[in-house]
Amino acid sequence: MNPVMTRRRMLGALSGALGWIASRPAAHAAKAAVQNLLASSHAPKGYDPTKHKWLMCIDVERCIGCGLCVDACKRENHVPEASSFFRTWIERYVIKVPAAGGNDARGDVLVDSPNGGRDGFPPSAVPREEILKSFFVPKLCNLCEHSPCAQACPVGATFDSPDGAVLVDSTYCIGCGFCIQACPYGCRFLNPETKTAEKCSLCYHRITRGLRPACVEVCPTQARIFGDLKNPVENDPVQEFVRKNKVFTLKPHLGTEPRVLYANIDKEVR
Amino acid sequence: MDPLLTPVVQAAGEAHHLATSIEGYVYPNEQNLLWSVLIVVYPYITGLVAGAFIMASLVRVFNVKALTPVYRLALLTALAFLVCAPLPLLFHLGHPERSFQVMITPHTSSPMAMFGFVYAWYMMAVLLLELWCEYRRDLVVWSERERGLKGLLYRVITLGVRDISPAALHLDERMSRIITVIGIPSAFLLHGYVGFIFGSIKANPWWGNVLMPVIFIFSAMASGMALCVVLYKELCWFRRRAVDDACLDEMGKFLFYALLVDFTVEGLDWLHRLYAAEESISVLKQLAQGRLFNTLLVIQLCLGTLLPLLALGATQLMHGRIPVWFRQRIYYNSAFLILIGVLAMRWNVVIGGQLFSKSLRGFATFKMGLEGQEGWLLSAGLILLPFLVLGVLVWLFLPERPAGPDAKKTAAAPTAG
Repeated sequence: MNPVMTRRRMLGALSGALGWIASRPAAHAAKAAVQNLLASSHAPKGYDPTKHKWLMCIDVERCIGCGLCVDACKRENHVPEASSFFRTWIERYVIKVPAAGGNDARGDVLVDSPNGGRDGFPPSAVPREEILKSFFVPKLCNLCEHSPCAQACPVGATFDSPDGAVLVDSTYCIGCGFCIQACPYGCRFLNPETKTAEKCSLCYHRITRGLRPACVEVCPTQARIFGDLKNPVENDPVQEFVRKNKVFTLKPHLGTEPRVLYANIDKEVR
Repeated sequence: MDPLLTPVVQAAGEAHHLATSIEGYVYPNEQNLLWSVLIVVYPYITGLVAGAFIMASLVRVFNVKALTPVYRLALLTALAFLVCAPLPLLFHLGHPERSFQVMITPHTSSPMAMFGFVYAWYMMAVLLLELWCEYRRDLVVWSERERGLKGLLYRVITLGVRDISPAALHLDERMSRIITVIGIPSAFLLHGYVGFIFGSIKANPWWGNVLMPVIFIFSAMASGMALCVVLYKELCWFRRRAVDDACLDEMGKFLFYALLVDFTVEGLDWLHRLYAAEESISVLKQLAQGRLFNTLLVIQLCLGTLLPLLALGATQLMHGRIPVWFRQRIYYNSAFLILIGVLAMRWNVVIGGQLFSKSLRGFATFKMGLEGQEGWLLSAGLILLPFLVLGVLVWLFLPERPAGPDAKKTAAAPTAG
């Protein structure tokens, strides 16, 4: 036995320890992959996410700003009651008449969303004769093909499901808020009760059981159109929507490639 | 009151509170600021680590002999702040008990997931190893001289290696140098990575910027060096020792250059923003002139950058004409201003980036409380904590009595103690 601890031996031991620490992530990468597959979601047993591709379309001209969708979402998903937590909300855009003889084709833009539009909208403060046009824009998770939120999550608690939904495993979320900062659309929030990130899941517990999301279900004007690209039905509303309309996405310059498609939105909508 | 009405009234009260602090339109979920002052403290502390280490590396790698007296102090400062760096992050998490998941199941596409690895690398492979090589000889001497717990501690830290033959000491010196060479990019990595956390957020035009890691690195260097200046002077004062003029002059010089580069890079950032004038420029201009006017233009730019830049510049240009005592006042005061300026810079990045809506149509207001997880008290405590840790480290490893008459040069140098 050699009792002398030389630096060579010391460094050898240290390197071994460091190597062991460094090998942990590799060992756990496998675990993370499994975890991603088995991540807890509200889907029933037997639901195969690879056999669906969900899509949401919004026809802005149909939205009347009644707020039923916001209310249904809050109730269905137990979203905190306060007026600063929404999985979906409605924005009202009021574009004013430009100054006569001025350089602008359109006047100032006023946007509001009182209580997320849940209680409908009071009459605009802008007098009727000063309004060039006004419309409502429902907002929700944009179901990004390249979702910056899932990219940013340090533990993989938020992830892209193969069926197109972007989900949060609240049992694994550490509540760092990085995904909330990374979402360009303001669609996420930190639930003050669970202290985890939360967002629209397309009512995953419903769509995986053959139902439609709550907001789509209650919309009286069919401004929200929901469908499955992999399983089109006869006279599929999504296919029809895409065929009949010029469709847009929000903030396309960011390269997130949203799969929430909008028809008839103006350039002012962000 | 009807219990059924309570939530309604609460919601109405809250809506009123929010409405008074919101200007224009912000997305509903953005009404409450998510990252608060703890996330301001975190990059500030890591920046001080990186800057202090760079200061130490000037002695080892670039052979700036004049800085020898501050070498050990700089390394211990880096260690004290590094030990405390993860705390603000931990306290900020919604589920701190799950924080270990970042280490065991890191999501490789997330910059935040790299924290554990960057931190562990810097702590274990760079700082602790370098300190150990630097102190090995002294630890052996101290462990023989000291009794009781302190002696035991020194003995434990020798890790059983008690060979202090000249050949062994020579090897220590060489290893220290190699580790420092690895340490410089590591220090850049540590803080550049913190900058990347913000710079990679393309959703936020105030953050999503390729220059962000570079800005963070140079502001870190300036703040870390400034901290070394302040600590060195304070320690000399505390121990009633004369300040090494040459050392302080040298620190002042490097502080000036670090600040100059920092100012240039941040200026370039603004120049590019104003010239490119992308969609967000209007809201960012309003932010700088409105909600961030005091912290950005007054504290960060004027007090924290331009004033020390002019003062330190004067000491470089008119070195001979400014008396030594006045030069030292300038170094100390400039360093103090830089420390405040860089703290303001972290504030402007973290808080400023959340004050405007990603809809680019409105602003939120941030009101900080005194108590609680995101209050003043905890953050102030977390900024003070590294100084307490440093006090203990200085007591243990920068004793007023040098390690022995045959102490090698770096160990025997006054080191302010």
